[in-house]
Amino acid sequence: MRKSLFARNPSVLIFLTCLALFTLGVTVLSEAFGTDMISTSFVKTLGKTLCLCLIALAMDLVWGYTGILSLGHFAFFGLGGYMIGMWLMYERTRDIIVTSMANNPIPPTDSEVVAAIGNQIFGVVGSSDFPLIWGFSHSLTLQLILVVAVPGLLALIFGWLAFRSRVTGVYLSILTQAMTLALALYLFQNDSGLRGNNGLSGLQNLPGLDDVPQSVVSIWFLWASALALGLGYIFAAWVVSGKFGSVLRGIRDDEARVRFLGYSVEGYKLFIFTVTAIISAIAGALYYPQAGIINPAEIAPIASIYLAVWVAIGGRGRLYGAVIGAAFVSLVSTWFTGGQVPSIPLGFYTIDWVDWWQVVLGLSFVLVTLFAPKGIGGLFDLISGRTSPNRHGQDLGPGAGSLQEQEAES
Amino acid sequence: MSTLLEVSGVSVSFDGFKAINNLSFQIGNAEMRAIIGPNGAGKTTFMDIVTGKTRPNEGRVIWGEKSVSLLKMSEAQIARAGVGRKFQRPTVFEDQSVFDNLLMALKKQRGPLSVLLYRKSEEDTAKVQELAAEIGLVDQLPRKSGELSHGQKQWLEIGMLLAQDPRLLLVDEPAAGMTPEEREHTTSILVEAAKTRAVVVVEHDMEFVRRLNCKVTVLHEGSVLAEGSLDHVTSNQDVIDVYLGR
Ligand SMILES: Nc1ncnc2c1ncn2[C@@H]1O[C@H](COP(=O)(O)OP(=O)(O)OP(=O)(O)O)[C@@H](O)[C@H]1O
Ligand SMILES: [Mg+2]
Repeated sequence: MRKSLFARNPSVLIFLTCLALFTLGVTVLSEAFGTDMISTSFVKTLGKTLCLCLIALAMDLVWGYTGILSLGHFAFFGLGGYMIGMWLMYERTRDIIVTSMANNPIPPTDSEVVAAIGNQIFGVVGSSDFPLIWGFSHSLTLQLILVVAVPGLLALIFGWLAFRSRVTGVYLSILTQAMTLALALYLFQNDSGLRGNNGLSGLQNLPGLDDVPQSVVSIWFLWASALALGLGYIFAAWVVSGKFGSVLRGIRDDEARVRFLGYSVEGYKLFIFTVTAIISAIAGALYYPQAGIINPAEIAPIASIYLAVWVAIGGRGRLYGAVIGAAFVSLVSTWFTGGQVPSIPLGFYTIDWVDWWQVVLGLSFVLVTLFAPKGIGGLFDLISGRTSPNRHGQDLGPGAGSLQEQEAES
Repeated sequence: MSTLLEVSGVSVSFDGFKAINNLSFQIGNAEMRAIIGPNGAGKTTFMDIVTGKTRPNEGRVIWGEKSVSLLKMSEAQIARAGVGRKFQRPTVFEDQSVFDNLLMALKKQRGPLSVLLYRKSEEDTAKVQELAAEIGLVDQLPRKSGELSHGQKQWLEIGMLLAQDPRLLLVDEPAAGMTPEEREHTTSILVEAAKTRAVVVVEHDMEFVRRLNCKVTVLHEGSVLAEGSLDHVTSNQDVIDVYLGR
């Protein structure tokens, strides 16, 4: 008999329940609700963390399940942020300009308004004309389409070129790093049309909603992020649960064999790469309005490497592992780098966690990779008692009980 | 009998070393063929060429009634055209259940979208059960295939091959590492398969080849040394020299 997605994956229901309780809890304790136990800025941190969990989910699909170690998914995340940021910045600036010009003796013409907006936005990079890429920035609908279309198209083209030439393993990782680096360097230029290293700012202000306090806006975004994460989780669980998931895992473990079964491995890789790029972009589009600012440093190569670290620490190849990893590491990271952790004076040297946190993170990554390849998610196996034998390598002889290479050595 | 696969004048060299040298080979529908030859004779490389893994430097590989060239097709396209392959080392997806392994191999639409929207039907489950019965793995269906014994993995791989429903099966050393009883079972599976499709078996074990009771092609240094019944080729002086003169 066919069972529903939830029946086959009880973890989905557990996850959704936890997510709902979490969101509800934060809402009830927030400033907007009146209890004021959680500050607005921390609500934003939590909302952003949910977005990071969503991109970690995408990373788990592409790396944990399909075995493509992409170190460039933050490029898509950033592009999603830029696309929504353009509309936010344009609309908000227009509101301000229109209000201030309303007192002019002669009402401004449309072109005067647009020129003033351009001047306002691009003044910092010594320009006042709208670059071509801002052509749709006046329309929320169009920019929302671009949130999906631009990163999706980039992933499609990049993936097509890379997978078609059968670039795999470390070479593919390097290629994705090059992609995100190239994009960051391009955006850093003042004439890139996206305000160079200034990036886009003021994104926390929703146009036309000046009366709504940030405490309420932050809750809206928390909900939106939780909803996106929940839907993303269901989607990911659906993708990996059926035959499609079998093929993805097959590609991860032995892609040549999958080819000889008649599946076009390149097509599958391209598909999952593009789909996860789009998920990343949606996560980014929800993240940056909560962060308030986006600049090219956000898509520096290191960001995507961190993403891989989160997923590895959380436990790749299982969806909740990726979410736990991203939430845990990014929150602990915020805590350490926020300067709240007291330094440890050693007399001759003081351990300042803002600097040393990176070292701790790097070390734990190495330790997890070496000693607990299942990551934090592996702890759940201990609880559920799932200790399946992990038999790989060549058999040493016929018969079901024979040892296998690795077992015999140890 | 019409020809299903025709390989003619094929040569491959790896860094100047000619692994396959002007090889020609033909097989018809519903024919069983054994290929024997000493180590390094080019048996596996021959399969690599037919399945698109290795591109020959020269020669032709013609397939089916429409006489299409396999040389222009990708591995996946060749597999979809009806060429199935079992590797020398058993390669199954060890982290997945026997059932999932077979289901993945089952002849169905292979495109990403149709696979994503695929829903397992009663019919498919029954088909998998049937295949599992054929290869003697019914009890093992829910187990991870990595937990199977070596011989069972070999069978699973043969089962996956049958699930693909290919017109041509290329089987590389199916009996390696099997117990005598397992070998017997393997023989019967292959003989059964050859009733409806072409089967090419590479094997070192002469006893095994004898039981297949089919035409034998002897490969040596990348080309065909002799062809005919097992008794015919084993009495051939060249073949004796190659096997004894090693
Ligand atoms: N990718 C490759 N690169 C270089 N040399 C290769 C490659 N593949 C095969 N060879 C060489 O080609 C020759 C034929 O190899 P092949 O694997 O086809 O032999 P075989 O008949 O299958 O032998 P066995 O019985 O040991 O399986 C061998 O000498 C081998 O070393
Ligand atoms: Mg071989």
